[in-house]
Amino acid sequence: MSSIDLQAKEIKPARNTFTHVAKHIGGDKPATRYQEATLGLQPTQNFHYRPTWDPQHEIYDASRSAIKLADWYVLKDPRQYYYANWTITRARQHEAVEANYSFVDSRGLLSRMTDEVRESACKVLMPLRHVAWAGNMNNTFICAYGYGTAITAACNFHAMDHLGIAQYLTRFGLAADDPSVLDAGKNDWLNDPRWQVLRRLVEDTLVMKDPVEMFVAQNLALDGLLYPLIYGSFVDEHLTLKGGTAVAMLTSFMPEWHDECARWVDAVVKACAAESDENKQIVTGWIQAWADRVQAGLAPVAEIALGEHGQEALAEVRSAFNARVAKIGITL
Amino acid sequence: MDKRVEKKKLDLASRYQALTQDLQWDTSYQPTEKVFPYARYEGIRVNDWSQWQDPFKMTLDVWWRQQSEKDRRLYAVLDAFAQNNGQIGVSDARYVNAVKLVLQAFAPLKYAMHRALAHSARNLPGDAARIAAQIQATEQLRHSQLTLHAASVYNKYFNGMHAAPRWFEQAWYLAPVKSFADDIASAGPFELMVAISFGFETLLSDTLYVPFMSAAAHNGDLSTVPVGFSSQSDTTRHKQASIATVKFLLQQDALNVATVQRWVDKWFWRSFRLMPLVAMLQDYMVPKRVGSWKESWDTFVEAPIDALFEELAPYGLKKPAGWQAACAAKDHLSHQAWNAFYGYGHALAFHTWVPGHDELEWLDRKYPNSFDRWYRPRLTHYAQLEAAGKRFHNHALPMQCQVCQQPMMFTEPGDGRWIAYRETKHEAESFHFCSDQCQTIFSNEPEKYLQAQLPSHAILQGSQGEGFEDALQASIANVGVVIGRDNGEFHGSEDDTNFTQWGGGQDMKEAQL
Amino acid sequence: MSNVFIAFQANEESRPLVDAIVADNPEAQVVYSPGLVKIDAPNRLVVKRETIEEIIGRKYDLQELQINLVTLSGNLDEDDDEFVLSWKH
Repeated sequence: MSSIDLQAKEIKPARNTFTHVAKHIGGDKPATRYQEATLGLQPTQNFHYRPTWDPQHEIYDASRSAIKLADWYVLKDPRQYYYANWTITRARQHEAVEANYSFVDSRGLLSRMTDEVRESACKVLMPLRHVAWAGNMNNTFICAYGYGTAITAACNFHAMDHLGIAQYLTRFGLAADDPSVLDAGKNDWLNDPRWQVLRRLVEDTLVMKDPVEMFVAQNLALDGLLYPLIYGSFVDEHLTLKGGTAVAMLTSFMPEWHDECARWVDAVVKACAAESDENKQIVTGWIQAWADRVQAGLAPVAEIALGEHGQEALAEVRSAFNARVAKIGITL
Repeated sequence: MDKRVEKKKLDLASRYQALTQDLQWDTSYQPTEKVFPYARYEGIRVNDWSQWQDPFKMTLDVWWRQQSEKDRRLYAVLDAFAQNNGQIGVSDARYVNAVKLVLQAFAPLKYAMHRALAHSARNLPGDAARIAAQIQATEQLRHSQLTLHAASVYNKYFNGMHAAPRWFEQAWYLAPVKSFADDIASAGPFELMVAISFGFETLLSDTLYVPFMSAAAHNGDLSTVPVGFSSQSDTTRHKQASIATVKFLLQQDALNVATVQRWVDKWFWRSFRLMPLVAMLQDYMVPKRVGSWKESWDTFVEAPIDALFEELAPYGLKKPAGWQAACAAKDHLSHQAWNAFYGYGHALAFHTWVPGHDELEWLDRKYPNSFDRWYRPRLTHYAQLEAAGKRFHNHALPMQCQVCQQPMMFTEPGDGRWIAYRETKHEAESFHFCSDQCQTIFSNEPEKYLQAQLPSHAILQGSQGEGFEDALQASIANVGVVIGRDNGEFHGSEDDTNFTQWGGGQDMKEAQL
Repeated sequence: MSNVFIAFQANEESRPLVDAIVADNPEAQVVYSPGLVKIDAPNRLVVKRETIEEIIGRKYDLQELQINLVTLSGNLDEDDDEFVLSWKH
């Protein structure tokens, strides 16, 4: 069958990519791995059975959301994550965390922290394990019931990231103190009055039904205020000044991750709002309502973290948040 | 002041425990029933979720590290394959039709499993079980994306791949896979865990991802092989977790046993009804063969599953109802499937052909009980027709089973003379099935299965195929299959002539192992 | 008595795993097919970290064997030192 041929044969491709990918990228051009792994992947029609758990809808059903999009693939991820490059990125980031743990261990930075700083860090960070757990559940929800691979795959990764963060927080607690600190954090989460406004709102997110509203509430409003407050105002700007550099090092993943994801979150929300006036109105209403609730929920937490400076810090965080959403075309 | 003493490194079990347990809490502002709305409707009872133990105990950091190691290597292979025109290194261009079928059928199936598992991952009340389901969900996405990436190079140079997702949605011959995928996606959180990781992955997935992948290696497919093997390493964890899940459900409440048995029976059989595709991949579509479907069945299904069910017997679980029938089919499945697909070659999105002389001899050696008696005569006849310029095309619209949606091409267990037909009247309408097991599946959930959109019925209601060989061919042309280019006889096809022109292929001496 | 089995991608990295398994499981049978190495054993198969470390001359984390693992059959019990496949019946 094969013959030795000294002249190189020209082997020309018949096409650059798949038809369904070409449709989304404006023609048969070379496509990226992200594009080939994402665009047009989710079936849209001809379903044989209705979900036994929700016979009012089809298996994949855009009408689960109040948001209307002509093409759900406008919700592209600017980071262009498919499984492999997402997991490789996270593994690399984890190596940095391990390096930080080694550094902190070898110099005894944790044991050199004052009890005041240690307790303050744990008081604030341990209950957040549960907030991250809810973030995991909520993003899993969007993966299950959202429409189109662009948003559902990205939320799958985001759900796993939240679990990773819950585990990083747990690990921090075990490193900084003994295991009883986890129980104390859970107890605060369940019973300390200062956490209850936040917990109530988190539990309300767990029973939402609109996957896009879920996205806005969890990934924009909640995380968009929580992360800058905790890892910016509290850990970076407050604890490190009191000798808590180790805390910043051992939680370094979280603010970096938040900044990386903000690009994606903003792109998704922007695309939803840009499609139509109706969408924009709905999205604006969601952001307004949830950001206000989150701010109210974080007010007592800001006090635990920053004492008398808590409200000022929270106001700054809210202000920055408003500026962020203004940049994507939403006026609150 | 230092409160803690030098800490011992936590062992695997303790580390896992510390980093996964107790993140969940009992909600009080919202009732549990609202947070987990689908926990009860399937009738499964769980009294103590803490009894569910993940056998692999992997934390996220370990998972990210291991998986990134696998994918770094894998994508390096895919890059090299693309860069070096690896697609002309396969044994012969007939092999590529195996890649086409895997892309058309199994990549979308993995996608459906990914989304379905997200449903379980959100709705099972137990936290450790949810984490396992999430990891599985993410890995199914991985598998579907890997398959697409591996096929990407082939798609550039060969036909029959360019609109695979659309064909999955609408092509008649992929309806068995689509209806399976939709059946899973429409099931409840407990059932779909059993369906995917126990029914499909534990009982049957090795046949596609192990011996077939070895055959792919033997045929020079450096792209698909590592994808298949690496995917299956994830599936190994899913399988172990599913065995833990099944034991857990059986132990939690005696009332669960009947439900779990029904699910095991149903999903074993529905998965088995996907195996005609895998069987013919292995026996007919890989030019250089590694082992027969029958041998794969013996090694990767019959023996290990026998052992598994012996293990599960004390928990009250019996072998699936269709077990005997499935084992009895091992001498016939691949041949019946290829026979049907060959005849419908004008209405598929891949090529078909009659195997060459050496290949027929190999099939005879591997199937001494059945090949010469039942199947060689047909293939010989097809070859003669082809030589006389009258290549056989079956223009009869296939009758499809209401449940599995396969064409009625399976013979009665133990009697190769008769196609198996079963019929049920439900509310004055007749429904048709390929087997006792599909009939039973229907009778357990008639409201579900009567919803199905059988392609044959849709075609009968539509046009009769003016301008095409028949209505079946018209139906695939309507969904973007290019007649004569994406399908038809392999010999003389564009794939065939291109491949020869490119100087592709391997020495076929001693091709069959 | 039923077989358990474990299969790896056949490459340089899995070779020491195969050698370790053969050393620790006298009744194990190794079967090669293109790209794949499969090891069958009656009823029980153990993979020991220590044996692998002796062969490769460096520390080894048993979880690493996932990288080249393809499939297995049997009940799995795993800790930091041993990976055991067995049937209880």
